[in-house]
Amino acid sequence: MKTFYWLVKREFWEHRGGFLWAPLVTGGVFLLLNLMGIVTGEVFGFRHGIRFGSMDFASALNHLGPNDAGKIAMVVDTLMVSSSVLLKLVLGIVVFFYLLGSLYDDRRDRSLLFWKSLPLSDTETVASKLVAGLVVAPAIAFVTSIVAGLLMLAMYATALSFHGVNVWPILAMAHPLRTVSGMLAMIPLYLLWALPSAGWLMLCSAWARSKPFLWAVVPPVAAAIVVGWFNMLGGFGLQTGWFWKNIVGRAFGVLPNGIPTGLGPLGEIENVDKAAQLGQYIATENVYGPILARTELWAGVVIGLALLAVAAWLRRWRTESSV
Amino acid sequence: MNAVVTASGLSKRYKNTAALDNVSFQIPSGRIVGLIGPNGAGKTTALKAILGLTDFQGSLNVLGFDPRKQRGQLMEQVCFIADVAVLPRWIRVREAVDFVANVHPRFDRKKCEAFLARTKLTPDQRVRQMSKGMIVQLHLALVMAIDARLLVLDEPTLGLDILYRKQFYQSLLEDYFDENKTIIVTTHQVEEVEHILTDLMFIRDGKIVLDADMDAIGERFAEVMVNADRAAAARALGPLDERQVFGKSIFLFDGADRAALEALGELRRPSVSDLFVATMKGTYT
Repeated sequence: MKTFYWLVKREFWEHRGGFLWAPLVTGGVFLLLNLMGIVTGEVFGFRHGIRFGSMDFASALNHLGPNDAGKIAMVVDTLMVSSSVLLKLVLGIVVFFYLLGSLYDDRRDRSLLFWKSLPLSDTETVASKLVAGLVVAPAIAFVTSIVAGLLMLAMYATALSFHGVNVWPILAMAHPLRTVSGMLAMIPLYLLWALPSAGWLMLCSAWARSKPFLWAVVPPVAAAIVVGWFNMLGGFGLQTGWFWKNIVGRAFGVLPNGIPTGLGPLGEIENVDKAAQLGQYIATENVYGPILARTELWAGVVIGLALLAVAAWLRRWRTESSV
Repeated sequence: MNAVVTASGLSKRYKNTAALDNVSFQIPSGRIVGLIGPNGAGKTTALKAILGLTDFQGSLNVLGFDPRKQRGQLMEQVCFIADVAVLPRWIRVREAVDFVANVHPRFDRKKCEAFLARTKLTPDQRVRQMSKGMIVQLHLALVMAIDARLLVLDEPTLGLDILYRKQFYQSLLEDYFDENKTIIVTTHQVEEVEHILTDLMFIRDGKIVLDADMDAIGERFAEVMVNADRAAAARALGPLDERQVFGKSIFLFDGADRAALEALGELRRPSVSDLFVATMKGTYT
């Protein structure tokens, strides 16, 4: 267990830039953009004599109907989650390239020989890289996103309070705790959903003697094109769309967008991102239950574990790259 | 005899060539063995087999373990330095020490820090900021702090200047080696290791062509410097090799009668590099 902790720590040391600085900088940029937005609003408001903080606004708050309160809460929750959209995109890119290099880079620069001179098991090494990519990196990104979301709310609240608006009633209507726990609850879901993709990328990373990117990208896309072509010829009745979505899509599914919630009680909310934008749905059994009940999820988990086993085997015996 | 490495019938084929061809040998504890051979002779393959980095036919026992199946346990007892440039370039001195200290049960942190104190390395320095010589100092400090029974060195001083090379072997001898440890070293810089070796193994085309300890080699091989007029007599004794220096001929003999040789001229012990050149004659042709 101690060894495993240090193995994960090693990954963090090596990839501090992607795991820590990329989300921090993204979060910072996000806040800066919002600040610029607020300043712009203030400047324009001042020039054109528009006043937010009138008595009307405050009194309007006091005369809200029950539906309006719900809508305001939704807007605030959504605002808070909005920081995660950008951060998740960055996270997806970081994790994709991290996993693709995880079992290749040290073969290329021969530092593999140093790691192999220590009593470390290859299975443990592969597992540590998986955990670094699918738990540590998302955890940092999600926490950053939450902090950025809260800071942004604080920024808006401060700006509004300068205009004499008491923002506490508005914030009290929202569900920051539920939203935060909902976002944290996405991490295990993300781990399960991204498992086949991580398996595929790490397999390519352990397999390729050079250019792991091509190995990872070309076969699934080429296969999809062949399937589409057969379909065009009226071939085996394979579903091209199904193939793109469930094979190609899942092979690159480390991007945390588009985890399907499934139909059912949610209807129109076809994926987690939509659900996230409607903060109140997330982390309730409304989303968690249906996703965990889906066959695609568990089929992916099984395939992912199989791919990882092959990657660990390759890691055991393959010590060279072509360069 | 407590053998550290026992190989019998060791073979490894790459497509058309045999990197190791039915090799058998034994390395006892407390030795420093030089595994010497031309490029592509199978040295690295032999080391990789010992370290469990490659599959092979035949049987190999390293410290009681099968390197193919029990690599995890084996690597607690075995260390290796595979040339200079294998430390990860991003790692800092502090991180490297922390990491090894926490994953290696036989690592002595105090020892390592004492070795590092003798160098100019600083804790926050990254490998990518170091010269080759400094990298090998770090690597050596890490490895020497591990109480391993077998140390494998594959061209450990490649690309180092003479100061670092001398220091490298000196540290190994003075601060590391003892009768419980065994070192296997491959190198092309034979001159620099010959005085520290206790055993010599020559490997050629996947076969061990010479396997003896240094004393036995001194008894078995002899070099005679012969004047031109007696060269024919020397040739009649069947020398392994002949070369000319300052109008005299130097003959290298394997197992010839000492008395007969002394009659021809001045007798001396051949250097490992001369022995190597004579043994490997015609390898590349």
